[in-house]
Formats: sequence, structure tokens, C-alpha cells
Amino acid sequence: MEQTQTSSTAVDRGRGAGASRPRRRSIVADIVRQWPFHIMVLPALVFLILFAYLPMGGLVMAFQDFKPWLGISGSEWVGLDQFRYLFEREDSLQVIWNTLVIAVFKMALNLLAPFVFAILLNEVRKQLLKRFVQTLVYLPHFLSWVILGGILTDLLSTEGGLVNRVLTGVFGMEPIFFLGQGDWFRFTVIVSDVWKEFGFGTVVFLAALAGINPSLYEAAEVDGANRWKQTLHITIPAMLPIAIVVGTLALGNVLNAGFDQIFNLYNPLVYAKGDIIDTFVYRAAIISGEMGFGTAIGLFKSVISFILVVISYRMAYKLANYRIF
Amino acid sequence: MYYKSPAYKVFNGINVAVLVVLALLCVIPLIHVLAVSLSAKSAADANIVGLWPVDFTLEAYKKTTNNPVFLSSMWIAVQRTVIGTALTLLLAFLAAYPLSKETSAFRGRNVYAWLFVFTMLFNGGLVPFYMVIQRLGLMDSFWVLVLPGAVNVFLTILMLNFFRGIPKELEEASLIDGAGHFRTLFSIYLPVSLPAIATISLFSMVFHWNSWFDGLLYIGDPSRYPLATFLQTVIIQRDMSSMSLSPAEMALISQKTVKSAQIFIGALPILMVYPLLQRFFVKGLVMGSVKE
Repeated sequence: MEQTQTSSTAVDRGRGAGASRPRRRSIVADIVRQWPFHIMVLPALVFLILFAYLPMGGLVMAFQDFKPWLGISGSEWVGLDQFRYLFEREDSLQVIWNTLVIAVFKMALNLLAPFVFAILLNEVRKQLLKRFVQTLVYLPHFLSWVILGGILTDLLSTEGGLVNRVLTGVFGMEPIFFLGQGDWFRFTVIVSDVWKEFGFGTVVFLAALAGINPSLYEAAEVDGANRWKQTLHITIPAMLPIAIVVGTLALGNVLNAGFDQIFNLYNPLVYAKGDIIDTFVYRAAIISGEMGFGTAIGLFKSVISFILVVISYRMAYKLANYRIF
Repeated sequence: MYYKSPAYKVFNGINVAVLVVLALLCVIPLIHVLAVSLSAKSAADANIVGLWPVDFTLEAYKKTTNNPVFLSSMWIAVQRTVIGTALTLLLAFLAAYPLSKETSAFRGRNVYAWLFVFTMLFNGGLVPFYMVIQRLGLMDSFWVLVLPGAVNVFLTILMLNFFRGIPKELEEASLIDGAGHFRTLFSIYLPVSLPAIATISLFSMVFHWNSWFDGLLYIGDPSRYPLATFLQTVIIQRDMSSMSLSPAEMALISQKTVKSAQIFIGALPILMVYPLLQRFFVKGLVMGSVKE
């Protein structure tokens, strides 16, 4: 055993010394030679250490009964108590459930809606009309939930909001408490998120559609396939790989129900069905000062999301040969 | 051809109608806000404004632009957008160059790359982040709006992928002519990367202009909020108790037409860069898709 090791190092050394171009230099020599590269990464790295890795270190607070005036070194260690507390408290279980329900519906519809919309848009042969529709549907994606939240609360208001005016005036219905009643709140949150994002989501699908070889359609045409058959057997199969990628990459969002949106739309009336992990953490930690507990829920969420993201990237790579970088 | 069949013509008619309705649904809310902001106060309060102003007036915009708190928050938003975007751009540009090299050219490249990517996959969550900001003494400072988000890993990867698409011969020629890597980056790569830089700037500008939570969380004095945070407190929370305003000023801000005007002004910069955004973001999304 020792014999082989020594001999192999000898071979390596021999190669290094003998060959005109050494295979591997020492690390120090490489750093000296490639110093500009290290200097270029350094500024960004400093920021990442300060604002990404330092907070990760702060996660130890999840295992403490953290008191700001005692600091991390002085606070009492409580092991997994915060997590036990998390799964015993009824409100936190409800919050996890709310998050799952809202996030899963959003994920499914945010995949399906752009998929269908892209196919329908692709059928439009007047380029001007196509551009017009595209221009309008991409817009909401770029507006913040503060702006959209302000607009939606006004539009959906029961006291003269435009939507309820249409519902009562045109359809003769009773006004609906979109933002004041739990189930309607969930519905509103899901639909408005799909409304905001479906246009933007079509971009990748339209790119996939543009990449389909037209001769496939010509051949199908000759064989007598109508447009529906062509869609079924050419268009949809051609879009499936990218749909799989988009769908799996979204998996990491299972516990992301959209803090910005919920925070700007919710109110105490709908906490029971509309409160999600992120808003709950905000209220527990920042407003009520339960720092350790807030960290524990945050850690729970981060760990689950991390596992899901890693799995989904592996799946995307296996199923569709996709890599991020 | 398929599109000459009667059945397809019927489908096409319905399809176009549906698409146009959906497209209009995406802008109608904004048009409604604009209409309310341009209407007389009485008409807005009576909820009779639809998609067209009733009793057209610019009163609400005059009141908004006469409000010093609104103006100063707008100025802070402009500052954070400009400084934040410049910093993000510089850091992404610098880091993406070495990270776009092969491991054979830059030893340790993979270690750095993973340090960057890992921050996208995992984070400490709200509370530890808050504590770090506190410890670094950034609370209540303007820089809390700029520094924590200065490195945007997603945009750095976009830049990196763009660099990968630049022919290697450019770099080789530059190095042979005696330029160092810094010179190569700034004299050779910079000019050819302008489309990527434009894309990244736009993404970053939209991000900064829309960011509101950091202001709410880390800045205690509402008179130093950026515009998005100001709008969040005035329009969403309807809480102006901390703003030390006179009752008259308070009534003014909460007036419906004035609120709408504020919302519209908040959205206006996005609407103004929107034609550019639309052109660049599609490119940006597919920019990373060509790989060796």
C-alpha cells in the first residue's frame, strides 16, 4: 500500500519536472499567477460573506431562547424546543397548510396558464395583433405588489370597487368580499398572481414554439392532419421538455406562497386562511419579538426549500438535460 | 391549408377575441387608476369613474407633487436605484469575468462559483438577516437599501453566460498584445458587452424601484423611506400616524384621487422603461441558453 503511494507520487513528480509544460502547479503558484481573477471576485465575495453567509451563521438562534440583550453567546440553548413548539402550536400548523395550498395552486396554474396561452397566441397569424397582445400581457410582471396591491384593494372593494360594481350592476349578483373572507381571499391571491405572471411565463414557451421545425407541420398537413391533430402530436410534444424544466424548477417554491403579495393584500380578517409562513415569521419575530421562534420557522422553510431545489435541479437535468450554468 | 377550413376560421375568431380580452384585462386596472387620478374628487368618491376621467382635473397631481414627504421619498428612490444599479453592475461585471473562465485557466473557479450559487439555494431567513443588519450598524442608514442586495447572483450568472459567448480569440489577442486581465475586461469585454449590461441594468433598476420591504424593516423614520415604502404605508397600511403630519395633510394624502395619482406616479418609471424592458428581457432570458 505504502509502496504504491510513494511510487505514484514519484511518477507525478517525475512528470512535473520532466515535461516541458507541468500538469499541475502548486496552489500558491497558481494564485500568484492568476491574481487578477481573485481580485475581481473578491469585492462580490465580501458582500456575499457579509449579507449571505453571516446570516446563515445566525441560524443557531433557532436552537436558542434568543434574547436580543443577551446576544447569541449569552442566550440560553434550548435544543429543538422551538421546533417542537412550532409543530405543537395550532396557528403555525395552519400557516404551513395555508402556505402549501396557496403555493401549490399557484405553481400548477402558473405552469398551465402560460402553456395554453402560448399555444393560443401562436395560432395568431397577424404579427401586429400578436405583438399587441404580448406587449400588454407582459406588463403586470414588472409592477410591484405595492402598486398592484393598492390597485386591487381599490378594484375589489365592496364599497364601490369596479369589480363589484360590474358584478352587481351587470350580472345582478351580490357583492363579494374578495379580501375579507378567507376562501375568497385564497381565490383572489391565486388568481391575481396568475394574472400578474402568466404573460411573462409565456416567453419561454413562445421561444420553444418558434424552434419547431415547420416541415413537421407541412408533413402532417400532407398526411391530412387538421390543426387540432397537429397541435396534439407536434406542438405539445415539442413543448413538453421545456414545460418539464419550468415545472420542476418551480418545485423549490412549495413553501413560497408570495410574501410581497400576501403582505400587501391581507388583513386580520383573513389570517385564518391567508396567513403564510413568511408573513407569520414577520409578525412573530419583528412585531412580537419572538426571535428564536421566528428563526426556527425560517430555518424549517429554508431547509425544505433547499432539499426541493436540489432535487428539482437534478430532475430537470435528468429529464430534460437542463443545467443552470 | 388548415387555416382555410371553416372550422378553423370559427376557432380563429373566438381565439382572437379571447386573447384580446385577456390582454386588455392586464392593463384595465392601470387605466382605471389613471382615470380616477384625473377625475374630480366628488366623482371619485361617488365611485362613478370607470375607464375614463369624470370632470377632468390635474388637481390630484398638483397636490401630490406639492407634498414634500412624497417628493423626498421619490428622490431617495431615485438615489437608491441609480447607486444600487451601478454597484450591482460593477460587482457582477467584475465577478463574472473570472467565473466565466475554465478551471484550467482559473484554479479555484469552481469553489467561488459554488459559493455564489449556494446563496441562491439557501439563506438564513428574515431574523438572522435582520440581526446582521443591526450588528453592522446599517439600521436607519440609506446604505441599507443598497449594500445588502448589491451582489445579485442571478444577474452575475447572466453576465457570466454572456461572457462565455464572446469568442476566445478576442481575449487571446488582447493578452498577446500585452494587456493584463483588467485591461482586457475594461477595454475589450466592456464595449462588446453593452447589450448584456443594458439588460442587467434594466433588471436591477426595476428591482430597486419596486423594493419596499427593506425600507419598512430597516428604516425607522418614515420621512426617509424610499417611494415604494412610502406608498406601502400610505396606500396599503393606511397608517400615517408615524409621519407627523397635520390632520389636513393626512386627509389630503388619503384622498382617493390623490392615492391613485401616487400609485400611478409610482408605476410611471416602470411604464417609461417598459418598451426597452420588453425588448431586452426576452434576450436576457435566453442569453444564458447557448452553452458549449
